Amino acid sequence: MKHKTTEPLPRLRAHELSSVRGGRTLFEHVSFEVHAGELWQITGANGAGKSTLLRMLAGLMPSSSGRIEFNNQPIQYDRSVYHQQLLFIGHKPAVKAELTALENVYWQRRLSGDKTAQQDSSSDWDLLETIGLLGLEDEVTGRLSAGQQRRVALTRLWHSQAPLWILDEPFTALDVKGIAMLQQRFQTHLGQGGSIVMTSHQALSLASLNPKQRHLGETYANAMGAQS
Amino acid sequence: MSALQLWRSVLSKDLRLAARRRSDAINPLIFLLMVITLFPLGVGPGPDILSRIAPGIIWVAALLATLLGVDRIFKDDYADGSLEQLCLLPQPLAFTVSAKMVSHWLLSGLPLVILSPLLALLLNLPGSAYGALSLSLLFGTPALSALAATGASLTLPLQRGSALVSLILLPLFIPILIFATSAVESAGMGMAVHGQLAILAAISVLTVTLAPLAVAAGVRMSVN
Repeated sequence: MKHKTTEPLPRLRAHELSSVRGGRTLFEHVSFEVHAGELWQITGANGAGKSTLLRMLAGLMPSSSGRIEFNNQPIQYDRSVYHQQLLFIGHKPAVKAELTALENVYWQRRLSGDKTAQQDSSSDWDLLETIGLLGLEDEVTGRLSAGQQRRVALTRLWHSQAPLWILDEPFTALDVKGIAMLQQRFQTHLGQGGSIVMTSHQALSLASLNPKQRHLGETYANAMGAQS
Repeated sequence: MSALQLWRSVLSKDLRLAARRRSDAINPLIFLLMVITLFPLGVGPGPDILSRIAPGIIWVAALLATLLGVDRIFKDDYADGSLEQLCLLPQPLAFTVSAKMVSHWLLSGLPLVILSPLLALLLNLPGSAYGALSLSLLFGTPALSALAATGASLTLPLQRGSALVSLILLPLFIPILIFATSAVESAGMGMAVHGQLAILAAISVLTVTLAPLAVAAGVRMSVN
């Protein structure tokens, strides 16, 4: 595995992770190291345990064996430090259907610890413009389309300061423009030394970002060979 | 951001959401009012019987109304992923979930305290028991909210968890019911009620301080 000489320590290290649920082994011996500026794509068939792995990495779920280290410390060691550095967006968008897009953005910022968050602030309007929801800001989010709701959820990526992103299928339901916008945001984040661990079935959407891949499932040996 | 600011944010977001979805918040209260208005029709309008059973009816209705609103505490946050995000905040989860307990109390317990004179009037409670009824509700309902949140956090992943929540919670509610109704009855007979009210307050202090830890553990378990 190549190391950047400037930062030899991996940001996130998964070591020999396995998941056993209800007597069934989803995956085992999963190890990889995420460095600053790297994008990792977890691949695998439906049900291979991709989401489970991401939730383990985020600390939402204990692993059956193995350990996860952030900046060389087990993530359980100081959860609050780890979670300050982490942005997780899962399957569920954490968007409130009763609130408008603008309100959702405001509460996202407020709950993520942004002291400057203000109701109806100009930066929130800018965010909505960036993600292409201008004109729909007063619509209750429950009435927006799946892709538009996804965009509201993804605004977190624009106001978050966290260096490590863990994203579960962020491209789901997005249109071509949305995907391009997200790619651009990934590019900026990686350029600033951020790291991303994500799942996506759309290999093409990520090709330009040189993702490193980790495959879960039967073709494990082949994937190891391709991993360099 | 300090934990306290976050706590306030969680609380005000919850209240804002409740304001958007008023029927959900009001439903248990309407249920309670219905039970209390129907009872005189059911048992007959004899003022003696009514004032005799009034403390029990009011408190039983309050307990059942609380059970009716248990789902509201975490269900939506669980379904849309907000609860996951709460777990991923750097601040202690026990502290943030206590904000949800408080919002539940503000929307279910506090209205009861405020409505209590009206409930007492509807059931012909003796005048001397009005104060004891309000105080028993004021001291007892925080414990109801704390216990309700604990039960709700334990049964989140279950599709039909309501029956189980009721089974878990009812035994825990019983001591509160006993001391609260005893306080109101004693007041009606002109006796001192400090003892019962003090025990109610003690139960509330105990549950409100310890429940957040249990709720946080329950939420973490449910989320994974």
